[in-house]
Amino acid sequence: MIKLNQAFRNKKAFIAFITAGDPDLETTEKLICRMAESGVDLIEIGIPFSDPIAEGTVIQEADLRALAGGTTTERIFDMVERIRGDISVPLVFMTYCNVIFGYGTEKFTARCEAIGMDGLIVPDVPYEEKEELLPYCRAHGLELVSLVAPTSHDRIKTIAANAEGFLYIVSSLGVTGVRSEITTDIGQIVSLAKSVSDIPCAVGFGISTPEQAKAMADKADGIIIGSAIVRIIAKYGRDCIEPVTEYIRSIAAALAD
Amino acid sequence: MSKGRFGIHGGQYIPETLMNAVNDLEKAYNFYKNDEQFNRELTALYNEYAGRPSLLYYAEKMTNDLGGAKIYLKREDLNHTGSHKVNNALGQALLAKKMGKTRLIAETGAGQHGVATATVAALMGMECEIFMGKVDCERQALNVYRMELLGAKVHPVTSGTMTLKDAVNETFREWVSRIDDTHYLLGSVMGPHPFPTIVRDFQAVISREIKAQILEKEGRLPDAVIACVGGGSNAIGAFYNFIEDQDVRLIGCEAAGLGVDRPENAATMANGRLGIFHGMKSYFCQDEFGQIAPVYSISAGLDYPGIGPEHANLRDTGRAEYVPITDEEAVQAFEYLSRTEGIIPAIESSHAVAYALRLAPTMNKDKIIVINISGRGDKDVAAIARYRGVDIHD
Repeated sequence: MIKLNQAFRNKKAFIAFITAGDPDLETTEKLICRMAESGVDLIEIGIPFSDPIAEGTVIQEADLRALAGGTTTERIFDMVERIRGDISVPLVFMTYCNVIFGYGTEKFTARCEAIGMDGLIVPDVPYEEKEELLPYCRAHGLELVSLVAPTSHDRIKTIAANAEGFLYIVSSLGVTGVRSEITTDIGQIVSLAKSVSDIPCAVGFGISTPEQAKAMADKADGIIIGSAIVRIIAKYGRDCIEPVTEYIRSIAAALAD
Repeated sequence: MSKGRFGIHGGQYIPETLMNAVNDLEKAYNFYKNDEQFNRELTALYNEYAGRPSLLYYAEKMTNDLGGAKIYLKREDLNHTGSHKVNNALGQALLAKKMGKTRLIAETGAGQHGVATATVAALMGMECEIFMGKVDCERQALNVYRMELLGAKVHPVTSGTMTLKDAVNETFREWVSRIDDTHYLLGSVMGPHPFPTIVRDFQAVISREIKAQILEKEGRLPDAVIACVGGGSNAIGAFYNFIEDQDVRLIGCEAAGLGVDRPENAATMANGRLGIFHGMKSYFCQDEFGQIAPVYSISAGLDYPGIGPEHANLRDTGRAEYVPITDEEAVQAFEYLSRTEGIIPAIESSHAVAYALRLAPTMNKDKIIVINISGRGDKDVAAIARYRGVDIHD
C-alpha cells in the first residue's frame, strides 16, 4: 500500500483520471504505465458505470464505449494486477457506489487490497453515507477520498477533519468537463479545510490548460485532470499514447514552474 | 448520519454538491408540513384547481362481468392534467416557492409528471425545464407538445437508453449545475431523502380519500388495493393510509414488458436485486457487476429499473405484494376498461386493472377491491393503436 499523500511530497501533485477500457484495456494498461513515467503523481482509474450522474458528456461517453467493448470490473482488476508492480505512484479507483455494492463491497475491497490499489473515490457516497464503504476500506488498507464542493459551506470543516488520503475539491457547480473559467473561491475552501486538518487539497473539475493547472495549483496542493485527457483518448483511440503523453508533460511542466 | 431509511432502504447517495440542497429541502419541508397556512393553500389548490377529491366510482358492469369481488375505481385520471402526478407537483411547487426558488426542473417518463410540473409552473409563474428520454419524446409526442404549450422547455435526453432513468440522470446533472434558484421537482417516491417521504406525503391524499369514501359507501375497508408501480408514487399514495390496516391487501403491479423471463421487462421486484442508485438503496434491475440494466415496458411511465425505497421495505416486511404484468395483459386491460366502463385508463394504470381482472373472479362477491386509476389513457391511444397494428396519424 502506498499512502495517497505520497503524491503530494515536495511538489504540487498532478492527479490524472482515465476510464478503464476506453478504447480497450490494453491501451489503458499502456496509458497507466506511460502516465506514471511522464510526471503524473497519482492515477485515478475509472471503473465505467452505465449511469455516471456526476460526469459530463466526455466521460459518460467514455464509460459507455468501455462497457460496450466488454470491459468489466473483473477484467480491470486483472489488468491492474498485471502492471501494479511496475508502477510506483499511488493508484485509486474512481467509480460509482453500485459498481462496488453490486460486486459485493467486501469482495471488491478485498480484491483491491490483493492487487495493490491504494484508495477509492466514489462521488455518489457523501459524508453521511460513508459507513457504506469506510469499514471495508479500513479493513483492506484503502483510503476513501472525500469530496467538497462550492456548495459545501458549513460542511467543509467536518468533511476535512475526517478526510483521509487527500481532499478532492470540486472546483465548480455541475458535472465533470472542460471549462473556460473557474470562478469558485478555491483559496477560501482550502483555508477552511486547512484550519482543521493538514490533509492535502487537490482541485478537480474543469481544468484542461497548463495555465489553469498552474493557477489552481497555486491555490491548493494539487490538481486533478480527467475530461481533458479522456477527450484526447476519444480523438485518437488506440493511437492516443503519444498525444496523451505530450499533454501530460505539458501539464507537469507547468506545475514544476 | 444516514437519514431517510425505510428498513435498510433509502438514504442519500448523491454527490456532495447536492447535499446542502437536499438538507435545505428537508428543513423547509419539516417546517411547512405542519404549517397551517401552507396546508390551507395546498388544500385550496387540490380542491379548487386540481378538482379533488377525486371520485371513488363503483364499477358495476365490470363487477358483474367478472362475477367476483366488488370493484371500485379511484379516479385519479379525473384530476386536472389527467393523472395523480398533479398532487405531488402542486405540493412541491408550493414548497419550492416558499423556499424562494424561481425555477423548476423535472424528469418525466410518459410525460404525465412533466405535464403536471409544467402546469403548476405556469400557475405559479415559475420557469420550467423538463428532461425526457428521446425515445419517450417520440412515443409520447402529444405530451411533449402539451408541456411546450404550458410554457416549459423540453430537453430530449439522448444519453444511455434514452428513457426515464436517463431523464433522471440528466435532471440530477442539471440540478448540480444550477442549485440556487432551482428546485428539482422529483416525480416519484424515489431519489435521495427527503424526496421519497415528501412525494409520499403529497400522494397520500389518495388513500386518505379512498378510506373516507369507501367507509361512506360500504361502511368498511376494502379487502385489496391495487396500483401500478414504476418508481411507485401512485401506489404509495394509494397504500399509505392502509398500511396500518393489516387486513387490507396491498398489491403493486410492475411492468413485465414482454415477460419476466425475457430481457425486455422492467419488473424490478421480480428480477432486481439490492443496489444503490439514483440517491437511494433499493431494488434495481442490474447485471452481476452492478451496471444498471436497460429495461423495457410499453408504458413509458413504468419503464424504470428501480423502485422507491418504501416499496422495497413493504416487500421485505411482507406488508405489500408485487406482481408482474406483461405488455399484452396491460393492453387487454386498457381495452377492457374502455369497452366495459367507458373509461380509458393510462397504459400504466392498465397494469393494475389487468391484475384485478385476474384477482376479482377468485374472490367472493362480498369482497371489495379498489383499483387506483392513476391516469387517463388519451396519451396512449396512438401507441396502443400501433401495438395493435392500426395506423392512425398522431
